[in-house]
Amino acid sequence: MGSLFRSEEMCLVQVFLQSGSAYNCVSELGELGLIEFRDLNPNVNAFQRKFVNEVRRCEEMEKTFVFLEQEIKRSLSPAVTSFLHPPGPVPLAPQPRELLAIEEESERLARELREVCVCVCVCVHMRAKSVFVAGVIPPWKAPAFERLLWRACCGYIIVDFREMEETMELSDSGELVQWTVFLISFWGEQVGQKVKKICDCFHTHTFAYPESAEEREGIMHGLQRRIMDITTVLSQTERYLQQLLVRSVALLPKWRVQVLKCKAMQMVLNLCSPSVTDKCLIAEAWCPVQKLQLLQSALIEGTRKSGSGVNSFYNLLQPPCSPPTLFNTNSFTAGFQGIVDTYGVARYQEVNPAVYTIITFPFLFAIMFGDVGHGFLVTLAALWMVWKERDPTMRNSSSEIWKMLFGGRYVILLMGLFSIYTGAVYNECFSKGLSPFSSSWHLKPMIHHYNWSEDVLRMNRYLSLDPNVTGVFQGPYPFGIDPIWQLANNHLTFLNSYKMKMSVIIGVIHMTFGMCLSLFNYTHFGDMSSVFLVLLPEVVFMLSLFGYLVFMVLYKWIVFGPQHSDHAPSILIHFIDMFLFAQNKANPPLYSGQMIVQKVLVVLALSSVPVLLLGKPLYLYFRQRKGLRRTLVSVSACGEQCPPVSDTSSINAQLGDQERNGLGEEKRFDIAEALVHQVIHTIEFCLGCISNTASYLRLWALSLAHTQLSEVLWVMMLRFSLSLEGFMGSVVIALIFSIFAMLTVSVLLIMEGLSAFLHALRLHW
Amino acid sequence: MVAHSLALPMICFTTLWGLVGIVAPIFVPKGPNRGVIITSLILTAVCCYLFWLIAILAQTNPLFGPQLKNETIWYLRYFWE
Repeated sequence: MGSLFRSEEMCLVQVFLQSGSAYNCVSELGELGLIEFRDLNPNVNAFQRKFVNEVRRCEEMEKTFVFLEQEIKRSLSPAVTSFLHPPGPVPLAPQPRELLAIEEESERLARELREVCVCVCVCVHMRAKSVFVAGVIPPWKAPAFERLLWRACCGYIIVDFREMEETMELSDSGELVQWTVFLISFWGEQVGQKVKKICDCFHTHTFAYPESAEEREGIMHGLQRRIMDITTVLSQTERYLQQLLVRSVALLPKWRVQVLKCKAMQMVLNLCSPSVTDKCLIAEAWCPVQKLQLLQSALIEGTRKSGSGVNSFYNLLQPPCSPPTLFNTNSFTAGFQGIVDTYGVARYQEVNPAVYTIITFPFLFAIMFGDVGHGFLVTLAALWMVWKERDPTMRNSSSEIWKMLFGGRYVILLMGLFSIYTGAVYNECFSKGLSPFSSSWHLKPMIHHYNWSEDVLRMNRYLSLDPNVTGVFQGPYPFGIDPIWQLANNHLTFLNSYKMKMSVIIGVIHMTFGMCLSLFNYTHFGDMSSVFLVLLPEVVFMLSLFGYLVFMVLYKWIVFGPQHSDHAPSILIHFIDMFLFAQNKANPPLYSGQMIVQKVLVVLALSSVPVLLLGKPLYLYFRQRKGLRRTLVSVSACGEQCPPVSDTSSINAQLGDQERNGLGEEKRFDIAEALVHQVIHTIEFCLGCISNTASYLRLWALSLAHTQLSEVLWVMMLRFSLSLEGFMGSVVIALIFSIFAMLTVSVLLIMEGLSAFLHALRLHW
Repeated sequence: MVAHSLALPMICFTTLWGLVGIVAPIFVPKGPNRGVIITSLILTAVCCYLFWLIAILAQTNPLFGPQLKNETIWYLRYFWE
């Protein structure tokens, strides 16, 4: 049947990677996404692994990328919203040289960005508020002065030195020296105090306030020139910043993918163990049997790319434990497989329920959602998503909710299609009934029979049609529910009875089908004893109780008609009395011999419980007593398939594995454990039978909720508005229709849809 | 006054879903998805047929009739017959 029915056949391969070409081989294997590596160094700490430095390098680069991304988000104008995905084909993992280049370039970009940011900050600050100190200093002291200023207040001051034109007298020695004028601009109180202290230290002459007006003006001019300079510097710096950011935006996505790939590969290489000669790395991986050829060609390709002469190769090993499960899904089946996997992944070579879920899940959803109009809208939405499947904006959105919806587009499509069908059977289209065929209920015979004159009609608000009168009811409506029920007052009485019985019938059939799937599992694993000791009692229990209920429902539908309407038996009371072994005189029997049949069925069901409880453990106990050793330990007894390890060439066949297998062969069959396991299984099954059958009634409950909601929406909104007349009426209709449409989509489609989806999911679990 | 029979719809729909569930799987082209498609066709046929069958069986022998408002009866008297 192909790979979806059961897991793909997996085998354990031991890959010998030559040291030179290890990186390239792993890159090729990574691109193909073929195999799952096993950890050959489980006892080694993460920090002691061989390639931990490379992994650390990659992580450092990722940190740089995060910084770059933050800067881009903060300062790039115009802002770029989604730049996370590289255009064109996805880049391959980089070679070591390329990696080095990426590292250098990214660090350089980051460094420049940091500096530029500081610069921008400084310029902005300076323009805002600065204070000046001016003074003179002997030229030989200037460098030391400048150094000290820089060390003390670096980043908060700007110093300007200028040679004076004329010479002045030094106070102590009397020499003529060309003084250096300095102008310090700073901001901040503490910085100001530091500057003053340093100035005092160097015995400079500082001028706090210029004495004359010309000097003040000169300083004002200087200030203004200063501000203009700073503004130009600022705009230049900002331009440079934008350039850097634009460059980053172009390069960042590609780098990110490349570094991610590199890191993943280094972590895979960490899982390998070095061989004795240290010339090659040994890796163990799970590979599907069908893809072994592909594995070989990937290894050859990797060797070729690295230019190494020696080929990497693999050989097969005996698996020490159960292989992982692999299902080959395509884009259609992946959604359903995901739904099933949320409950649990099937064991290796177990039957995959997802194959059947493809149809049963949308079907159960549709029973709860049944409406032609709503189903049609859902189908349209799903078709649009499928049509736009390849559009990258759809695929690469960042919203989690959208990703989930898009991933389930085929699920939603099938749900919509089935909803149209069930809506047609329920005869509901936006809560209105359709009449493709003429109704089965006729009024004229009724009117003639009971002589309903106009007075009768006027006096009685409600009149019932009696199916006992000939001609009133003429055969069942050929497809779906008769449209007259939509117009009737006791619409729900009929519909509830119909839907409840329908839910139970579908529930019992679904559960029996699920139980029978385990037959496939037992026959595949060769466990015939379980078929007779577990499956058969389960089926007998289920069918003799709930199968009989279904039979009673169908029997009553077929055999009992309008002529029995005043003494029709109640199935519910019969069912209850069946368990109590009682008989209600007021409740007529369905068929002759019913009491005997029911007694037999109850005894059958009750007797299947001890068989289910004790059969399997006793069988295993007696078999072990007889001394038959089986290499295959039963799946239901210990839950894992462990063939013995005859070939211990696997490096990872550690002591733990061998001990486990050794014990498995000689292990004394523990009857207590098997018994407990079986007791739990029996109780779970019996109680689950009853509770899950009742749980299927949610099919009825939700479908009722849906019809009522849509009816309310129709009655409250559109029916009222359609009775308005005139021009204003049409305006009001347009307004109300838009509200109606919005509420339909939000409440009925989305809320009801999600709710029905959830309940269908629960039923599947 | 058209009388609906039980036999005619029964034959029609049984043939229809029988075609979908039994005949169509023969014509599915060979490929990796053949098994999945056949399973889906059979399941669809079974589910839809069952659903329709339950609906028609529930209405074959009604134990009570619809209770109509007098306005509805007036309306139906003239428009449906």
